[in-house]
Amino acid sequence: MRHEIIEKNIGLMITLILVAISFGAMVEIIPLFFQQKTTTPVANLKPLAALELEGRDIYIREGCVGCHSQMIRPFRSETERYGPYSVAGESVYEHPFLWGSKRTGPDLARVGQRYSDEWHRAHLYNPRDVVPESNMPAFSWLFEAKLDGNDTANKMIALRKVGVPYTDEAITTAKDDVRGKREIDALVAYLQQLGTVIKR
Amino acid sequence: MNELSSFWSAWVTILTLGSIFGSYWLLASVRKGQKNTTDTNVTTGHSYDGIEEYDNPLPKWWYWKYVLLVLFALGYLALYPGLGNFKGLLGWTQINEYERDVAKAEAKFGPMFAQFANTPIEELAQDDQAMRIGQRLFSNNCALCHGSAATGGYGFPNLTDNDWLYGGEAENIKTTIMHGRVAAMPAWGVTLGEKGVYQVSQYVLSLSDRSKDATAVTSGKAIFDTNCAVCHGQEAKGNPLFGAPNLTDNIWLYGGSEDRIMQTVRNGRNGKMPAWNEILGEDKVHIVSSYVYSLSNQ
Repeated sequence: MRHEIIEKNIGLMITLILVAISFGAMVEIIPLFFQQKTTTPVANLKPLAALELEGRDIYIREGCVGCHSQMIRPFRSETERYGPYSVAGESVYEHPFLWGSKRTGPDLARVGQRYSDEWHRAHLYNPRDVVPESNMPAFSWLFEAKLDGNDTANKMIALRKVGVPYTDEAITTAKDDVRGKREIDALVAYLQQLGTVIKR
Repeated sequence: MNELSSFWSAWVTILTLGSIFGSYWLLASVRKGQKNTTDTNVTTGHSYDGIEEYDNPLPKWWYWKYVLLVLFALGYLALYPGLGNFKGLLGWTQINEYERDVAKAEAKFGPMFAQFANTPIEELAQDDQAMRIGQRLFSNNCALCHGSAATGGYGFPNLTDNDWLYGGEAENIKTTIMHGRVAAMPAWGVTLGEKGVYQVSQYVLSLSDRSKDATAVTSGKAIFDTNCAVCHGQEAKGNPLFGAPNLTDNIWLYGGSEDRIMQTVRNGRNGKMPAWNEILGEDKVHIVSSYVYSLSNQ
């Protein structure tokens, strides 16, 4: 039987399995790296400012992405509630993406400027203070922890290597821009710019 | 403008069709040579602990299901976008499906919303259907700050008590929602000093008969008249033009205790109501305004 050639030769089998399962990725993933829609930033898209960038890292650290997506799908029910659907060009500078896949809380793709800074602070300090029905955890330590800004410039340099157009000036001033700021201020700054590049 | 360059378009097309025909070839080639097997007692020759395996072809239903699947895939790829830049014979995209849905909803709700938009807020507040829509819009957009019962909270005004920072007439409410508001209570801590803050706070407390320090009230009133009366008015009844609250009615946005009042005077307050014009559009703002109006004008 010819299948014995494969079944009794483990190296060959591994190679052929890799070939077999790679077709999906070759068709579904690789061309996206070269597709205009996914590589061209939308008009007016800017890299995150130093404070917003630190806020994004806090968003990642606290696991916000586990309960909040940042991806409004092109369905009327979603655009009525959240605003215009997300497009690929908005995420060109996102490394890694924070699209998420779980909505325990609402989508945040266009939460920027929807509510006041004060609301965000009150809500993050204890969500139940403003939304009694909420089951979101409180993040009160963000009000005490301060940023030192030691890594901010390096983060920008790393992002620049993968194509985010940070200027030398932004990198030089990064540390001073964030040093001494509270983590809550960074997170709120990040949230308040989400999805604001595209207006309804 | 093509989405993909012709190389990547060809890449996707060839790999996709190649995979489909490749799997079909695999199916057919495994079957080859077994077509005419009538003897079902032939084994594969394996023997593991005395267990042997029959060498039978795939059942016919399985084989035909597979063929059907291949035909379905080809039909699907002909009708829908899937092969590189080929758009599919139906011309379907997720965006034009979305736009069709929106147009359908617009055709259904547009006339209703237009009619609501032409109805004055006071009158619309009596319309049950409009108020049900308004209540939904409120829950979705406003309840986060003002609460699901619109009773507000610390720093977020109660909308049911008929006490208004920026005026409670229908037009005032609509302007507030359309364009937002930013309160501008300055911080007086540095200008007045801690003693001045204490004195003026005692005066403010006296307006609702709660001060225990008559001397401080007298000096506090002098401070109030020169600094605070500009916005809050000589009688401290507030001024909707500046969103300056009435300080005599014992309704407090940031708490009415001595501590809270001193904190407000010392650090100032800059409560912000976001603008909803761009997010909701005027027609919906009109309905929400009517809903808010109805809360204190039953």
